[in-house]
Amino acid sequence: MDKKELLSLKKIANQVRIGIVDGVYAAGCGHPGGSLSIADILTYLYFKEMKVNPENPKDPTRDRFVLSKGHTAPGLYATLALRGFFPVEELKTLRKYGARLQGHPDMKHIPGIDMSTGSLGLGISAACGMALAAKIDKKDYRTYAILGDGESEEGQVWEAAMFAAHYHLDNLCAIVDWNGLQIDGKVTEVMNPTPHDEKFRAFGWHVISVDAHDFEQLEAAFAEARATVGQPTVIIAKSTKGKGVSYMENSVDWHGKAPKTEEYEIAMKDLLAIAKTLEEA
Amino acid sequence: MADKKATRESYGAALAELGDSFDFVVLDADLAAATKTGTFKKKFPDRFFDCGIAEGNMMSVAAGIAATGKTVFASSFAMFAAGRAFEQVRNSIGYPHLNVKIGATHAGITVGEDGATHQCNEDLALMRTIPGMTVVNPADATEAFAAVKAALTTDGPFYLRFGRFPVPDLSSELENYKFELGKGVVYREGKDCTVVATGFMVHLAVEAAEKLAAEGIFVRVIDIHTVKPIDKELLKKAAEETGAIVTAEEHNVIGGLGAAVCEAVCEACPVPVIRVGVEDAFGKSGSVPALLEGYGLTADHIVESVKKAVSMKRGK
Repeated sequence: MDKKELLSLKKIANQVRIGIVDGVYAAGCGHPGGSLSIADILTYLYFKEMKVNPENPKDPTRDRFVLSKGHTAPGLYATLALRGFFPVEELKTLRKYGARLQGHPDMKHIPGIDMSTGSLGLGISAACGMALAAKIDKKDYRTYAILGDGESEEGQVWEAAMFAAHYHLDNLCAIVDWNGLQIDGKVTEVMNPTPHDEKFRAFGWHVISVDAHDFEQLEAAFAEARATVGQPTVIIAKSTKGKGVSYMENSVDWHGKAPKTEEYEIAMKDLLAIAKTLEEA
Repeated sequence: MADKKATRESYGAALAELGDSFDFVVLDADLAAATKTGTFKKKFPDRFFDCGIAEGNMMSVAAGIAATGKTVFASSFAMFAAGRAFEQVRNSIGYPHLNVKIGATHAGITVGEDGATHQCNEDLALMRTIPGMTVVNPADATEAFAAVKAALTTDGPFYLRFGRFPVPDLSSELENYKFELGKGVVYREGKDCTVVATGFMVHLAVEAAEKLAAEGIFVRVIDIHTVKPIDKELLKKAAEETGAIVTAEEHNVIGGLGAAVCEAVCEACPVPVIRVGVEDAFGKSGSVPALLEGYGLTADHIVESVKKAVSMKRGK
């Protein structure tokens, strides 16, 4: 990609991060850490990689996306809003009674959500179902799913991994958000699911490792996934939990809580400083 | 005597026949020979997918396929479909109200010799609590076939419960038999008490009614194939007109048909209700006749329960 496009993606990702912090702050609860860690991946998917249609969210030819780590809905909502699926202002209704933006993605009511998720391990299986349906119907849409690193402790993730390889779902691309932290601490200390690369390879997947915050690496990885025939691809994306907000970065405390007013102001200061740098670039 | 056939046979036959005119996908979890989806697999290999012994994954895969607009039948034994995969059924299928029809065979203690780990007496209770889930427990082969077709042509998630053991095909002998979702079937009229049965127990309820008639006690017999949404109107009428109810199910007396009937009757017209079923116990190995006798799932047990219910009627 050229410099202009790279800069544009960086600016959008920063807007996504602002949307995450705004939403979680307004809700007074939610999951900022793992939302911030996937902001660049979501930006790349919705603004570059995937064929989506905000005018007709249920367009049958669209690419599908499943947020298997459904608790990071604030990240997905911010991305969808910026992509034009619903007003950005609506992000402030997150988790409120009567609002569409449920604590976890709800496909019945939120434009752009392809699968309801939240209970870990279920989303990747649903993504397998979508990819299989495309094969049955001989359609060329692709299916993408983001998994958490901690989520891969769920046995169902590996049932799905077996299924996807067995049915040669090369139209499926999973991304593991490797931020290294889960609620009770470091992923490798709570219940070590590593090595992801060797495990997925042993299950029959094509494996690519990238820096989750490097758009050029993401571009190369998704191109490689699209070019892979006969097997599903997993992109293991090494990320920083809380990326972009100084005090949230690599802190397990910010897995599932909202900033207080003074903390919100620091977060906004951090993100607006990044925005300013990007404007001046 | 009517022909005997297991309802699971009808499930397989219905899928294979309906596959000609309807576009749907069938999934199984390494039990195609037992659930009878193998018949469909043979005829439509491009629309059948084995998920292996991984029922949780199968239910969420079914949801993903259904999310693209297709209808999916997902099959396993009741124990694994409703039990092991409960959360996948609730969250992946029930919450988004997707067109996944769960075909659960080998329900109840008539599984027989395999014993307690495979005899699911809790599935109706589990599935009934999922909002928007239609729960159907057909009594015989004809009704099972009709239930599959109804599930296929009705929007939303279904739990279809089938048995392993052959049962007489009584509905085929009824005049003007018509399967209608949510509507009970009246097998016999009576004024002294009503026996409300579901699934395997329907033919035993009819047998009990015949025995009671010989003693001068005339009971109404209702087959409730749709356990949810239940036919509240028919149950209210039965309570009002006969004043006592006995329920009969091959399921724990907690949470299944008996509970659903109590809930409906309590709110509309409270009358004594005696529940015949598995008395909050696990199953065990044995021949089917021995198990039915041992767990009190017999016509004679229904007869005794009717007599008790009649004695409890108001004004007696």
